[in-house]
Amino acid sequence: MTALEPISELKLEGITKRFPGVLACDGISLQVRRGEVLALVGENGAGKTTLMNIIMGLYRPDSGTIHVNGEEVHFHSPGDAYARGIGMVHQHFMLVPNMTVAENLALGLKELHHFMNLDIKGAAKRIREVSERYELPVNPDAYIWQLSVGEQQRVELVKTLCLGARLLILDEPTSALTPQETDDLIVRLQRMASELAIIFISHKLNEVKALSDRVSILRHGAVVFNGQTANHEPSELAALMTGHDVVLPRNEGSSIQGEPLLSVQNLCVRGDRGNLVLDGLSLELRAGEVLGMAGVSGNGQREFADALAGLRPVESGQILFGGKDLANRTPREIIHAGMGYVPEDRQTEGIVPSFSVKDNLILKDFAEPRFSKMAFLRKKEIDSNAEALKERFDIRCPSTSTATGSLSGGNIQKVILAREISRGPKALVAVYPTRGIDMGAQEFIHEQLLARRREGIGILLISEELEEVMNLSDRIAVIYKGKILKVLPAVEATRERLGILMAGLADPDTPGDAQAEVPAGVAHE
Amino acid sequence: MSAGLMIYNVLCLAVPFSVALLLAALGENFNQRAGVFNLGCDGIMCMGAFLGFMVPFSLKATPWAAYGNLLGIGAALAVGAAMGVVFALVTVTFRASQGIAGIGLQMLGWGLAGTLFRHFVGGVTGVEGMAAIAIPGLSKVPFLGGVLFNHNALTYTALLLVPACWFLLYKTPWGLKVRAVGTHPRAADTMGIHVDLIRYQALMLGGAMAGLAGAYLSLCQAKMFSDDLVAGRGFIAVALVYFGRWSPLGILGGALLFSIAQSFQLSMQVWGIKFPYEFAVMLPYVLVIVVLALARKARQLGPTDLGKPYNREMRF
Repeated sequence: MTALEPISELKLEGITKRFPGVLACDGISLQVRRGEVLALVGENGAGKTTLMNIIMGLYRPDSGTIHVNGEEVHFHSPGDAYARGIGMVHQHFMLVPNMTVAENLALGLKELHHFMNLDIKGAAKRIREVSERYELPVNPDAYIWQLSVGEQQRVELVKTLCLGARLLILDEPTSALTPQETDDLIVRLQRMASELAIIFISHKLNEVKALSDRVSILRHGAVVFNGQTANHEPSELAALMTGHDVVLPRNEGSSIQGEPLLSVQNLCVRGDRGNLVLDGLSLELRAGEVLGMAGVSGNGQREFADALAGLRPVESGQILFGGKDLANRTPREIIHAGMGYVPEDRQTEGIVPSFSVKDNLILKDFAEPRFSKMAFLRKKEIDSNAEALKERFDIRCPSTSTATGSLSGGNIQKVILAREISRGPKALVAVYPTRGIDMGAQEFIHEQLLARRREGIGILLISEELEEVMNLSDRIAVIYKGKILKVLPAVEATRERLGILMAGLADPDTPGDAQAEVPAGVAHE
Repeated sequence: MSAGLMIYNVLCLAVPFSVALLLAALGENFNQRAGVFNLGCDGIMCMGAFLGFMVPFSLKATPWAAYGNLLGIGAALAVGAAMGVVFALVTVTFRASQGIAGIGLQMLGWGLAGTLFRHFVGGVTGVEGMAAIAIPGLSKVPFLGGVLFNHNALTYTALLLVPACWFLLYKTPWGLKVRAVGTHPRAADTMGIHVDLIRYQALMLGGAMAGLAGAYLSLCQAKMFSDDLVAGRGFIAVALVYFGRWSPLGILGGALLFSIAQSFQLSMQVWGIKFPYEFAVMLPYVLVIVVLALARKARQLGPTDLGKPYNREMRF
């Protein structure tokens, strides 16, 4: 690495980048200085990640200039950016899973590369120094695949700092973290901010509020707002981000509670490692209600959703749905019984990424007479179905023939929701339906779920966001270690009470008294 | 014949049998570790075998005759490296499907070697080839001496290449880059590593080693050339890489296991016991399937991006 003066200022001017059919960045100008945290917010597809990849030299801008300390630079690869002290923590971690932490760092540290000799001890030493200095505990000898998501996040931070970055770009660093890990990260970043410059990309406005000094808002590839974070309320920022006022809809709780629709009794299911992850879970979902399932992820939510969708064998217990036991039935039987499913992993389970939007919209119904005739697909029907759903669900795509995987997360989720809802299910299981999705799409998805509830569909909402669960649910079930700890009416739920239950502690009768016992990081997201 | 002598005979034969497979598979391992599988390995071996034979054959009556074998090996290495670069151009730069490109390269190498041979040489002609060098002292050790220390120079080279490849892969900066590029190329890219360049280098090295493996067949094993000399060993080498779970030691084990089966099958014919040759040929593939089916936990160790072209501006 060259011995240039440490970065004290980064300035972008008029950055423009086109992708086929998309203007990802439209004349963006930004500035960030040392000791400052700049939050960059915007909806999915607003161009944040593209812009950062331009700064890192991964993409070349079509026009515009980048200045470091007042001097114009042209980066051709991330190595060039690192040489000027700019480092990025990508949303999807850039760590090689079958190598150790030290090996991952050594990849980028050219001064450890000697002829026929790799100074892996030197890498480990660097990691220890940096992890002590910034209080980011990391074991240099651990293999990446052995680490939790939160630990990998720390490795990414340490790695970036070891590489000499003094301007950190963090691309949605909290999107894969649990609430506790998120709190922890925010605290660490606050400590680090005084010595560094940080560009913090997020669409979680409470995090932006907690961490940043200034905020810039991107919409459709252009900067629409610059300001001091302290002077603006989250709701104001949300409105600027989406272009209109965002008020997340709430469940007003006035519909008739229908008959029991789905009844799960003593369900036992094994996890990937063969241990019993669901251990006698019982639950009842009624028609016309939203039943929220709150819990820290990893307590059996994924396995429960898999079992309901027929994707994981049931060890014992029953899933009664419309008078039939659906335990251990095939996904096809479960789909035909009238169960809708919005899976946790939308990229791999919810859609076929390389298929077009219109094909993904008929994935469950392609064999129905409406879409196929004598073993041939009815193209016209499929097209008109797609156009209608695109309109109704506000799916933003260049055309319905676009590969679904190239859409933003929010739009992919709309495709999935459109498919599941338009099939007219009796019940809908939605797993983390708004994870990593911007405010605008979130608002839309919430409205859709509440509208289905009014139509009498029973909705099981599995989520980690307490806000979401509390806003939408009629009743809230708290899952802990594979069992339902308690089911309570939403009106009786408070953040504190849910937080205590999610931590597996006994339910306090009066939420006020219990506040003192709340373990750090549990009661708030 | 005593059982001990039978084992001795089988092992003495198995070690030279394993050399071509070992060289080619160790080379293919670099390809795959970098994320590219080269099914053209077999074709490169054909060309290596042809040049390994052709160079000493045409230098026979010249003052260069003494260097014939060495120059033949050099030519085999060079043609292998060149074919590796051609394969890299097609699969890395133009991002063509690796499977189809590999089959194409195999056919090219096989056909070209046969055609050139018929054009320049024709009928069956031998070369002197490389003689065995008994290692002084060690070759006199009972049992092991005959099995391990009475071979030609290429056999020793191949055996020494096992630890050398391991060292290169796990202990050098280049090996680190190769492993990163084959597992998570985008991560390597963000760390300032030139993904395509590393893949070119790995394919070049892998090709050169396949060329060497071919030269071994014509110079040391058969001491002649014919179209069917390589006889699908390149494909077995590809299978051995999977069998060995991308580790040089595992590949050595696989190559020896297969060679022992082959030499056992041959020995049985000598002893007058009927044994289907086809069964022995099938064996490595069956073993690979068994290993791949049972070893799901080991998936973490392999190059997970194997077979996928890398495109920096690809969005998903």
